[in-house]
Amino acid sequence: MLPPVFSVSFPFNYLPFTNNAVISFRQFIKDMSNPVIDLLDLKKYFKEVKAVDGVSLSINQGEIFGLLGPNGAGKTTILNILCTLLKPTSGNAIICGHDINKDKDAVRRCIGIVFQDPSLDDQLTAYENLDLHGRLYHIPKDKRKQKMEELLELVELSDKKNVMVKTFSGGMKRRLEIARGLLHQPEVLFLDEPTLGLDPQTRRHIWEYIEKLNRDTKVTIILTTHYMDEADVLCNRVAIIDRGKISAIDTSTQLKKQIGGEVISIKTEDEFHPDQPWIKNVNKHDGCINLTVEEADQKLSLLMNIAQEKKINIDSVTIHKPTLEDVFLHFTGKTIREEEANWADAVRTRRRSRSR
Amino acid sequence: MNLDAIYILWLREIKRFIRSKSRIIGSLAFPTLILIIIGTGLNSVFTMGKLSYIEFIAPGMIGMVLLFSSISFGIMVIWDRQFGFLKEMLVAPISRTSIVVGKALGGVTTSMFQALLFLIVCFAIGIKIPSPLMLLLLFLVMILIAVGFVLVGIAFSSRMKDFHGFSLIMNFVVMPIFFLSGAFFPLDKLPEWLKWFVYIDPLTYGVDALRFCMVNTSSFPIWINLLALIVFGLVATIIGTLLFKTTQL
Repeated sequence: MLPPVFSVSFPFNYLPFTNNAVISFRQFIKDMSNPVIDLLDLKKYFKEVKAVDGVSLSINQGEIFGLLGPNGAGKTTILNILCTLLKPTSGNAIICGHDINKDKDAVRRCIGIVFQDPSLDDQLTAYENLDLHGRLYHIPKDKRKQKMEELLELVELSDKKNVMVKTFSGGMKRRLEIARGLLHQPEVLFLDEPTLGLDPQTRRHIWEYIEKLNRDTKVTIILTTHYMDEADVLCNRVAIIDRGKISAIDTSTQLKKQIGGEVISIKTEDEFHPDQPWIKNVNKHDGCINLTVEEADQKLSLLMNIAQEKKINIDSVTIHKPTLEDVFLHFTGKTIREEEANWADAVRTRRRSRSR
Repeated sequence: MNLDAIYILWLREIKRFIRSKSRIIGSLAFPTLILIIIGTGLNSVFTMGKLSYIEFIAPGMIGMVLLFSSISFGIMVIWDRQFGFLKEMLVAPISRTSIVVGKALGGVTTSMFQALLFLIVCFAIGIKIPSPLMLLLLFLVMILIAVGFVLVGIAFSSRMKDFHGFSLIMNFVVMPIFFLSGAFFPLDKLPEWLKWFVYIDPLTYGVDALRFCMVNTSSFPIWINLLALIVFGLVATIIGTLLFKTTQL
């Protein structure tokens, strides 16, 4: 039996109704896979340093897309190019149908950005900062007022709106900046390290805002981060950036699957060599033996039996799914921290000396 | 050009200015001290025709207030750069020209406010403007001086990344402009070599025009002064705007 709503709509031209449904469904599929951002072989060299070295990627409408990589990998440079603050050395990018090299103003109108470092005027109040932004983006007065109240509500700063920004905490400033980035209803929101330097509680809060925003406003979000967990929790798809190039790009689940299986960590003081064909990878680290295997929960009892036969004392056993940290190690051959130590310093010093 | 954006950038400067009261008092203390102490101290030694020395340097001090406040305002764009607000302006869908205009109007307004406060000090020590028409001309001259030097400041800040160069500019640009302007001495009996430096200093014409309006003496005819100031304002505006347009992060 059809529910009453359906039986009401049924008599009205049956055919067009279904056609429309089909068309709108197609449109829906098209929107889902319609890139709002297209990077075409983007390059940016600072003298001999290749900060961005041939990056091509497409980001779809409504996605939360993560650029993951160590500090200095080129993430911020990519963002600065996309928001028209830097000219690419070569290559191009199309944002919402506008060329970043030719049509800067149109690009600027359809993007919002929250920079890594605060960019608020701290001698103005929260409300004044938003109002200034609204006027710079030419939002009519009534709409501006209404949006400002709405967004202050969203980031829970309504009661602080007439307080000078210089008295705000880091988390409050970041929230205000997110609100400001959304004020002109951009189609794309860039977040550069949105939780850098914030305490764990505030970080979770910001994550919740970002998810909520994406859900409620359907805004496409591109964020950069060097926190694995952040990319894992938030992003639909992740691109791993290393030395200005994309090493891998996929959903974080898929990326982790490419490593395959799960990781069993066995803590023991004895020498343990299980030597089984189903063990895909072994490495030792801090008195732990890490074994990569498929279907770890079933293999665990086998392992325990082998250990017992060999009379090996096991202190503890843990099973974990591969984390993005493992993924980064897999694709770049280094952990994200090692990578930061070397490369970032080189790029930073170069960029500083350039700006003198 | 985006009038709404220009207005709000102007308003921002006014708000910031009003909120930093120490800046206003600080900028007036130094010229007031010079005027009263140097002016009185040297009064007995110098006579400039019918003028007392204190009357002679008062217009020069107004020029100094305008010069210092305008250039340091322009250089404050570095502040915007360091605290990130410059990025907020640069990614907005407004032309760089609108940003310069908004900033410059803010700078001219705040310098004018300081100079007018100092003008009250001048009135207090007994300077009288001969006629309302002269007062209007005085305002015009003050605005021209402020426009020129605000844009000079913006031009410098467009090429500076941090405050390291600030003292350099104060010592090698601002101070020479001030000392060469004839704020302290009359221009007619200078040696040839110094004359050239004095003549290429735009503030010379500013101070001379101010002196014409305030105490009715001047070395050049007023129209030459006005012409020089207008040319200076235009050149500074063009160079400042061009440099700001190509400013990088």
